[in-house]
Amino acid sequence: MSGKKLLEVKDLYTYYQTRLGEKIKAVNGVSFELKEGEILGIAGESGCGKSTLGISISGLFPPPLKYGKGSVKLGDVELTNINHSKLRKEILGKKISFIPQSAMNALNPTLKVKRFIVDLVKEHEPNLSEDEIIKRAAERFESLSLPKRVLDAYALELSGGMKQRTIVVISTMMNPEVVIADEPTSALDVSSQKIVIKLIRQLFEEKIIKSVIFITHDLPILRHIATKIAVMYAGEFVEVGTMEQVIFDPVHPYSNALMNSIIVPEKGIKGKKLPSIPGAPPDPRLEIQGCRFADRCPLADDECRKAPIEMREAKGRLVRCIKV
Amino acid sequence: MDKKILLKVRNLTRVFGSKKKRVVAVKNVSFDIYENEIISIVGESGSGKTTTARMMLNLLKPTEGTIEIEGEDISNFRGKKKREYWRKVQGIFQDPFASFNQFFTVRKVLDDSFKLFDVQPSKEEKDKRIRKVLEYVNMRYEEVAEKYPFELSGGQRQRIMIARIFLIEPKLLIADEPTSMIDAVLRSSILELLLSLREREKSSIVFITHDLGLAYYVSDRILIMHNGELVEQGSADDIITNPQHPYTKKLIQDVPTLHQEWAL
Amino acid sequence: MKTLKLLFTSKKFVFGLCLFLTLLFLGLLFPVFNHKDPLDLAGFMYQPPSKEFWLGTDNFGRDVLVELIHGLKTSMFIGLLAGTVATLIGVGIGLTAGYIGGWVDNLLNTITNIFLVVPPFVILILISVSLQNRSLGIMGLIIGITSWPWTARAVRAQATSLRVREHIDLAKISGMGTFEIMLREVLPYIMSYIFMAFVLQVASGILNEAGISMLGLGPSNIVSLGTMLSWALLFEAVRTGAWWAFIPPALTIAFITFSLLFMSTGMDEIFNPRLRS
Repeated sequence: MSGKKLLEVKDLYTYYQTRLGEKIKAVNGVSFELKEGEILGIAGESGCGKSTLGISISGLFPPPLKYGKGSVKLGDVELTNINHSKLRKEILGKKISFIPQSAMNALNPTLKVKRFIVDLVKEHEPNLSEDEIIKRAAERFESLSLPKRVLDAYALELSGGMKQRTIVVISTMMNPEVVIADEPTSALDVSSQKIVIKLIRQLFEEKIIKSVIFITHDLPILRHIATKIAVMYAGEFVEVGTMEQVIFDPVHPYSNALMNSIIVPEKGIKGKKLPSIPGAPPDPRLEIQGCRFADRCPLADDECRKAPIEMREAKGRLVRCIKV
Repeated sequence: MDKKILLKVRNLTRVFGSKKKRVVAVKNVSFDIYENEIISIVGESGSGKTTTARMMLNLLKPTEGTIEIEGEDISNFRGKKKREYWRKVQGIFQDPFASFNQFFTVRKVLDDSFKLFDVQPSKEEKDKRIRKVLEYVNMRYEEVAEKYPFELSGGQRQRIMIARIFLIEPKLLIADEPTSMIDAVLRSSILELLLSLREREKSSIVFITHDLGLAYYVSDRILIMHNGELVEQGSADDIITNPQHPYTKKLIQDVPTLHQEWAL
Repeated sequence: MKTLKLLFTSKKFVFGLCLFLTLLFLGLLFPVFNHKDPLDLAGFMYQPPSKEFWLGTDNFGRDVLVELIHGLKTSMFIGLLAGTVATLIGVGIGLTAGYIGGWVDNLLNTITNIFLVVPPFVILILISVSLQNRSLGIMGLIIGITSWPWTARAVRAQATSLRVREHIDLAKISGMGTFEIMLREVLPYIMSYIFMAFVLQVASGILNEAGISMLGLGPSNIVSLGTMLSWALLFEAVRTGAWWAFIPPALTIAFITFSLLFMSTGMDEIFNPRLRS
């Protein structure tokens, strides 16, 4: 079932430059491939660099974010050194769509929804007439069983769930190959969460979008939408495998703790012993010799702290640990 | 075994704004909190759960209805009585960073909670107690006392807040989303500390949360709120395995779990 | 400490501060070494700049350079005093209105708005006219009393948004009183903001003094940058081409204002979370 390779990220490093001249490392040598038909979940806790990774993949480096090294290839196009106006015109919104965390508030409340759609499509296909674009948008809304009246509404008239669904539809108007969704459901109530997830699944099944990178800290959601999951810790991927492998049979000590800390309302949860990991992730300003998780890891010994730990294969998936 | 009622909430209603902009945030809510029990008030945003919590903390006056602590109506508490109430009922909030005055050290924050005491302990006594409660939450006095909140991680800050509770030893703790901003792998240590309050001080705890999983994990009883109304209450097992109200049923259906398919 | 360090990374702030301090020291130190009386009629009317009078003389034959430096001192004094008064009143009213809210807020807000709507200049002129002896202190006070409203407004907005923060709730359930909370839990958070407002109030105080003095309602028997401009205007320096009588004080006012505005923008860049990187 492996489809065409759409996106290839190789050894990507990015960092933030502060006013005081410090470098805060955000993404530390991340590599992965995304194929057609895949929904890659990127899981991790706040500050692990997962959101930065999402932005970095889009090739835009809004200050203070800076590009370090490595490559991001969309098909044959290298995105890390592409000219910005070209990136905006030919790639973003057309081939890669980025749905940021705060998308819901990014919509200008004084404009009608159809205005955004017209602007977006016009940027990529200037020859289309406005009526044609709106007609297309209406068809898209209809096919996803969303009410067409939303097109004539102002952003502020929409409920949270409807706003987020609208964002998803707008950002997929150009049938992008890769959709990067950064915590698209975190600010929503559970019922709206479900509806948004349903919509993404539907877009995917109808082949409107070809692949998704779903960034979230919400593991139960990944359990139901991702085909592959990468667990991120302190700027690195520590385990990459299929959804079943990572959720139900994690190997890396950190992903193991993360999966065991999931609490959901189902039988057997009450009375379950939750893992407790002391300490905090390392200071992102520091250079770290060996394993970044070593100081909190129950399995760690001197060997773990000697040299950088590379990803290796274990139990059919990639793991950044020498102890398993 | 009959348990004693600690807090009695009757017909609680809170209206914000007036006339056309009138919003009824909490509608005619009644429930009891018994001694030494843990309950959760579960609801989505806008359900009125936080407003209810604020009224229980005497930070907000109810529009109608009463809250009684050990048989005494709290609405007329002033000055000393109010302080006495806060010795019995305390709170922990969602954002461990926003809960701190960022200009004060940990030591000062903890010192401030002695303001609630009628008789001020001596300086040595305060010092001794602060050291003891920091030990309870697995922190060393020497390491954290002179630190400012921005020098601590989210988990550490929340533990200081819990240390503060141990210092005050309230009969009832109202914890508003205490772990929602804490990393998952640290959550268990925070939960364990909170739950130890029941063992150590025989306190009751009310969790205010949107997380049904968390509510199920920690509580004896669960109260479900929706649009300002209390729609269902019962033992945690009953609510999760045998919900009665249509809203509760839908809520449980909408929450993704690990082992059941999520009907998308 | 970290905030201070951050402030000094802003070139604009450092530039503004240096310029301001230079002007301030000039105003303070020069009279210590040079005992010339600025009101002394040292030469003839409108002598152009020469070796004896570096910046020429004014309409009464007084040394413009000496006048200028004494005027600088006066203007700075009035500006700082006005800024302090305006900031104190503004913070007091704004903080109370914003934190307490309810009818207190409504009342204070109404008062603030009345002061905002009535042009301060009109009040200033009315008060100035009615006073026989206008000393420096009185001038500063009057300017301060008429210009607090927008500091109050800005502080009120900040306090209103801080009021709902969790640490305020925590202070309440720790048994702290209203006044204590305002002082300990709200004020420190808006200190940088207040300082910015103060800087702008000083700048506008200096401009206001110049404005009133140009109309001939400035401090009596004292040289200020405004009175210098007023004399130049009155005695037709512009028409007679005596540029040295009005360009230097005008430029000095511009320099002071610039230095303060630079400091303010520099601070804004550091403190405003939206602009901060």
